[in-house]
Amino acid sequence: MSEFHLYMAQRLSALVMAPFVIVHIGVMIYAIQGGLSAAEILGRTQGSAFWFAFYGMFVVAVSIHAAIGLRTILGEWAGLRGGMRDGVSALIGLGLFALGAQAVWAVTA
Amino acid sequence: MKVARAHPLWLAYILHRLSGLGLALFLPLHFWVLSYALNDAAKLDAFLTLTEMPLVKMAEFGLVFLLAVHLFGGLRLLALEWLPWSAPQKTWAAAAVAGSFLVSTTFLLQAI
Repeated sequence: MSEFHLYMAQRLSALVMAPFVIVHIGVMIYAIQGGLSAAEILGRTQGSAFWFAFYGMFVVAVSIHAAIGLRTILGEWAGLRGGMRDGVSALIGLGLFALGAQAVWAVTA
Repeated sequence: MKVARAHPLWLAYILHRLSGLGLALFLPLHFWVLSYALNDAAKLDAFLTLTEMPLVKMAEFGLVFLLAVHLFGGLRLLALEWLPWSAPQKTWAAAAVAGSFLVSTTFLLQAI
């Protein structure tokens, strides 16, 4: 992918995530009242198509966004270049997606 | 020559980068703990009891602040890049930090 495509993917994933983050913060402020429990979290999310779609799209967007952001940092601060930088970033993105997908499945299935 | 790091918008840049880095490092742990819900809800509950510790509450406050400041700072950047130029960039950057304190303090007050 060209630098332009990565730039656009970074900005578009940010735009997709902005409403997700606002809702996520709202849910956190609501859910933290009276403490957290697995039963409370699962009671809200398990079997819910809405939360499956919400967190599913959130995970896809954040995996893309974080991988491209870390690619920039790896280049500017860690001095990685070329295929090494692209490869490490792609692995980070895929790893985040795998972990995130597992988490979404765990709380909504 | 004026040192770029003395500029408030350099602070906005470094805050955006460090908050993004912090969130990216936290995400694997977040996902890993949640995935316990699939086959070991008791272990998830054991993790969640940690959230009652004052130190963990403060860490959560910090994470909510990082998320909020990355959101607001990111919206400022998108507006800077894609919308017609508006002059008060320093004001927007300060508003992003102030708004993030408001959001994360609201979270903390509900948590304690």
